Amino acid sequence: MDRNSNAYTFLFVVLLIAVVASALALTATALQPEQAENVKNEKMQNILGTVGIEVARDSAQIPFDKYIVERIALDSKGQERNDVDAFTVDLKKELKKDVEEQAFPLYVADIEGAKYYIVPLRGKGLWDAIWGYIALKDDVNTIKGAVFDHKAETPGLGAEITQTWFRKRFDDEKIFDDAGNFIGVSVAKGYQGGDNKDDNAIDAISGATITGDGVTDMISERLINYLPYFKNNTNVKVASN
Amino acid sequence: MAENKNINKKEDLILFLSDTDEREGLLGKKNRKLLADPFTDNNPITVQVLGICSALAITVQLKPAIVMSIAVMAVMAFSNMIISMLRNLIPSRIRIIVQLVVVAALVILVDQILRAYAYDVSKELSVFVGLIITNCIVMGRLEAFALGNGVYKSFLDGIGNAAGYAFILILVAFFRELLGAGKLLGMEVIPQSFYDAGYVNNGLMLLSPMALITVGIIIWIQRSRNRTLIEQN
Repeated sequence: MDRNSNAYTFLFVVLLIAVVASALALTATALQPEQAENVKNEKMQNILGTVGIEVARDSAQIPFDKYIVERIALDSKGQERNDVDAFTVDLKKELKKDVEEQAFPLYVADIEGAKYYIVPLRGKGLWDAIWGYIALKDDVNTIKGAVFDHKAETPGLGAEITQTWFRKRFDDEKIFDDAGNFIGVSVAKGYQGGDNKDDNAIDAISGATITGDGVTDMISERLINYLPYFKNNTNVKVASN
Repeated sequence: MAENKNINKKEDLILFLSDTDEREGLLGKKNRKLLADPFTDNNPITVQVLGICSALAITVQLKPAIVMSIAVMAVMAFSNMIISMLRNLIPSRIRIIVQLVVVAALVILVDQILRAYAYDVSKELSVFVGLIITNCIVMGRLEAFALGNGVYKSFLDGIGNAAGYAFILILVAFFRELLGAGKLLGMEVIPQSFYDAGYVNNGLMLLSPMALITVGIIIWIQRSRNRTLIEQN
């Protein structure tokens, strides 16, 4: 058959596509369970990381079941929803819905009698999505710990938000100001506050201003949805704003 | 006629080795040259100036540069082999598309396998794995070498060029991470006493332009040592 004829070209393309497509589909399907397992374990590992329990990804299940005593899905009014499992809520899809229809997952951890509320976060960095988890102590004001991750931030700059030294800056920061207004935590460029834990701000990463702003926004935009629940279900006075 | 048939049969048997391979041995002089040349006088980055885009993006730290090098090597070796096997079947009018499909398929395979069995590495590389598809070196070697050479030679050419690419990538990443962050592979290597004495990490090294300048300096050094590489006009 003439290699330059149209018929040969079409035949070649059809065969090539069939082979490539089936090979890829086969691999994707075969590897899907392992991949899903990795993602699930990483989620549990991250959630535990916010409350100071560092575990290997593969062995996250047991401590997760032990310490995370409640997982609740809330609606925008702070009422519990029974129709969804908090752990399976995909924030990427959830954020595209109207606020009234969204489910807000909340994890409650109990570590040797101390109670922590863990809130999943998701927002925008410089290049793509950033996400994370933030744990609040039972005063619903002081941060116990935070974990961040990203899809495509610049290595050495924005990608540093995943590093422990950056995460540690959030420890013991407050999300309310002295008057009880909700502020969140701002990742501040040119921060001069040193170790001040009451100014609702931490030092940013130089060269990663937009990623840092993304972290600031993600914390305040997500946490504000949980205020109604905290107001009704904890004995802490939460000013509404 | 009978003789002719025999020759054909022999050719089938040595599909993977061209006649010259047989005469030379697996790592004969010419084959060694395929592996070694890309390191020096025919380096894909510093001489052919291909693959600059990814050299900018992933040389901020040493670790992603190393992992990226390995991934590129796997993709180049296999795509060169596959295209070389198909070289007498591919219709020449659509050869670029065919090359793209093969490279893209291999890259997706690498990505899927990393995600299942080396999850941390796949997170480390994130989007850059996908960007291997656009790496000019891969397409360049398919077009310039694999379409006209035997499977084994193409395999060596892929490994050789990927190694030449890896060498520059790792060199640039070494200097950028060392001078930019004072670290190597994420570990602090510059002693605290330097910082106490007033040494400061150069944040500019972490930004993309410094990758170009570092590559430029490597090209300068290479050409001053080997003047035959300097263009005459």
